[in-house]
Amino acid sequence: MAKSTTKKQAPSWDYSPSLESTSHITILPRYELFINNEWVKPTSKKYFKTTNPATEEVLSEIAWANDKDVDLAVKAARKAYQDVWSKTTPKERSKYIYRIARLMQEQARELSVIETLDAGKPIREARDIDVPLACNHFFYYAGWADKLEYAFPNQPMEALGVAGQIIPWNFPLLMAAWKIAPALAAGNTVVLKPAETTSLTALKLAEIIKASGLPPGVVNIVTGHGDTGAAIVNHPDINKIAFTGSTNVGKIIQRAIAGTGKKATLELGGKSANIIFDDAPIDQAVEGIINGIFFNQGHVCCAGSRLFVQENIADLVIRKLKHRMDSLYLGNPLDKNTDIGAINSKEQLTTIEKYIKIGIAEGAEIYQSACELPSKGYFCRPTIFINVAQSSTISQEEIFGPVLSIQTFRTVDEVIQKANNSPYGLAAGVWTDKGSRIFNLTTKLRAGVIWANTYNKFDPTSPFGGYKESGFGREGGLHGLGAYLKMKV
Amino acid sequence: MNRVEILKTYKIYIGGAFPRTESGRYYTPVNKTGEGIGNMCLSSRKDVRNAVTAARKAFGSWSERSAFNRGQIIYRIAEMLEGRKEQFILELQKQGSTKAEAEKEVILAIDRIVYYAGWCDKYNQVLSAVNPVSSSHFNFTTCESMGIVGVLAPQTTSLIGLVSLLIPAICSGNTAVLIASEKLPLCAITFAEVLNSSDVPGGVVNILTGNTEELLPVLASHMDVNALISESLGSLEIETAKAAVDNLKRKFTYNADWSSEKSQGLYYISDCLELKTTWHPIENIGGTTSSY
Repeated sequence: MAKSTTKKQAPSWDYSPSLESTSHITILPRYELFINNEWVKPTSKKYFKTTNPATEEVLSEIAWANDKDVDLAVKAARKAYQDVWSKTTPKERSKYIYRIARLMQEQARELSVIETLDAGKPIREARDIDVPLACNHFFYYAGWADKLEYAFPNQPMEALGVAGQIIPWNFPLLMAAWKIAPALAAGNTVVLKPAETTSLTALKLAEIIKASGLPPGVVNIVTGHGDTGAAIVNHPDINKIAFTGSTNVGKIIQRAIAGTGKKATLELGGKSANIIFDDAPIDQAVEGIINGIFFNQGHVCCAGSRLFVQENIADLVIRKLKHRMDSLYLGNPLDKNTDIGAINSKEQLTTIEKYIKIGIAEGAEIYQSACELPSKGYFCRPTIFINVAQSSTISQEEIFGPVLSIQTFRTVDEVIQKANNSPYGLAAGVWTDKGSRIFNLTTKLRAGVIWANTYNKFDPTSPFGGYKESGFGREGGLHGLGAYLKMKV
Repeated sequence: MNRVEILKTYKIYIGGAFPRTESGRYYTPVNKTGEGIGNMCLSSRKDVRNAVTAARKAFGSWSERSAFNRGQIIYRIAEMLEGRKEQFILELQKQGSTKAEAEKEVILAIDRIVYYAGWCDKYNQVLSAVNPVSSSHFNFTTCESMGIVGVLAPQTTSLIGLVSLLIPAICSGNTAVLIASEKLPLCAITFAEVLNSSDVPGGVVNILTGNTEELLPVLASHMDVNALISESLGSLEIETAKAAVDNLKRKFTYNADWSSEKSQGLYYISDCLELKTTWHPIENIGGTTSSY
């Protein structure tokens, strides 16, 4: 393994590198499509490379599915639905999902390391957040499979059929779990497409699924680019599209399936407000701001990317925020000290840099962490913009990177209006010591997830999803089941 | 000498007032024998926009009213309708129903309104959850009103279809812009008079009459309408679904026999709700447990 590229200027904060080992993982030089529990060569005969964004080294090459390959996967899923899965008792369905959860737990370390290599996220996050949450998601929904009649009072429900699922690159394994676990619990079969830059952990999950003895065709994983996703969306024999990604692509999907009767859940973009009142515990709030925007390099749909600080404490908060930013470790994602890993792809880095230029051009005051960037790989300094206008591009559009725009406010009414003045409505954070104020804010903010005196917390039992143009449908919890069921008539 | 009957002028209902269409246009739907049954406003795009503006203005205070209070107001609609039963029966007959059918439809509409009045302060208890997260947080999911719901009233009934879609949408704190049945529009406007005398705040329900093909695309593509509910739209389905995408409108279609007692329920309410999940930390200091 390469030496740690973690570098930090502030001399008092130097740590020795503490690299996670990569000796216990297996990444094959080439991955085929996972259809009917078999590894199938793509009829397209095409493959694409997947790289480590922290080193730009090629990790493996991945099959690129075309329309025909997707059709094979959908046929496999349909057959498995009709012949096997819809006839499997809920109790047995449940036990298969439990098995997958256990096998994932046993391979948690390997999954974490591969996630870090392929996605560029810090090993600390992959190990402590992504992978355990993914396992727990399967555990949670496993238990629902034979209890569905308790979830919808007085309303018998049934499975939809074949679910087409398209997931993003920011939480590759976790998003696969969010999609597959409830679909299986509700009795559907699945065709899942991982994002093209982060296919590896979904393919490791395929190995686990095969090892679990899940009947062939119940879960199929087809890798590829946008055209592969389009083939899933447009396939006539798919009953449900579940998509997590950008609002633009979400709208393309929604148009494509208009009038087809396909059910959809869309978990899309955000520009979430993180609101700090003057009575908040300031140091905790600063940690919350850092976690809100720099968690996973800001590649988080619910990132707290718009900070609203009450005017009388703005100077203090910004001073503490800058100080904290300077102690963030940016570098080798495999280093257990690393806070900020690599940007997921060159393309995304270009997008983020474009927004930083726009922010400067529109007159906001920029501050970036004083860390050095590694010479190789795609990295971006943690960045904040001060004195941002409500109308600024960087406070209106989703950047999906470690870039925070800061505005101030004086009154409760003002900040509610500013926070809600966005086409998005995914999440929000509120920091104050006053309980009654928390509930005033949390009921008036038009967003699907509200964190009070915390931020970016996730749990399998906790429904997640947005208002307005952040999409519709919920994932997680009891309410996540509805996405994969229909009313029995 | 026979008395000359006073014919009713049917106007539209926006923001708690009864204006004429701004377009100055009218149309005359006919009954089975080809006789005109009334002069109706042929509403325009501008009327739709005005109605949406009124609905947005009303949304904040309507959605923040107590569930109990909304229940009282919805119940009041039923009271008012009960008192004006005869008028609706005559109007339904004028539009082609037999007296027996008309009576049945009005009675069912009243009972259905009472049914949803009762749901106002109950659906949130049934649909909410406290989520047992693994971390030290109190986490709960509750329902909130979605915003403005666009309603295309079912075309084959004048009253019961409208009531069956509209009342569940507003009982949960949404406001509505409703396009009446094109061929059977009379009861929609008379129902607006009922709403107007039932303590329903102006703007909570806005009712337009006119040409479906003209008005529906405007409502479906309006960026400030949050949801669109209707029966299946046939040839208009794909175009309408596409128009709804620009602001990711939630779109639901229902096909039911609205004259059946069974065509009502919690799930007509739940579709037009948003779910909000709130996290709050739980202090965890010291080792004392609650066991004793």
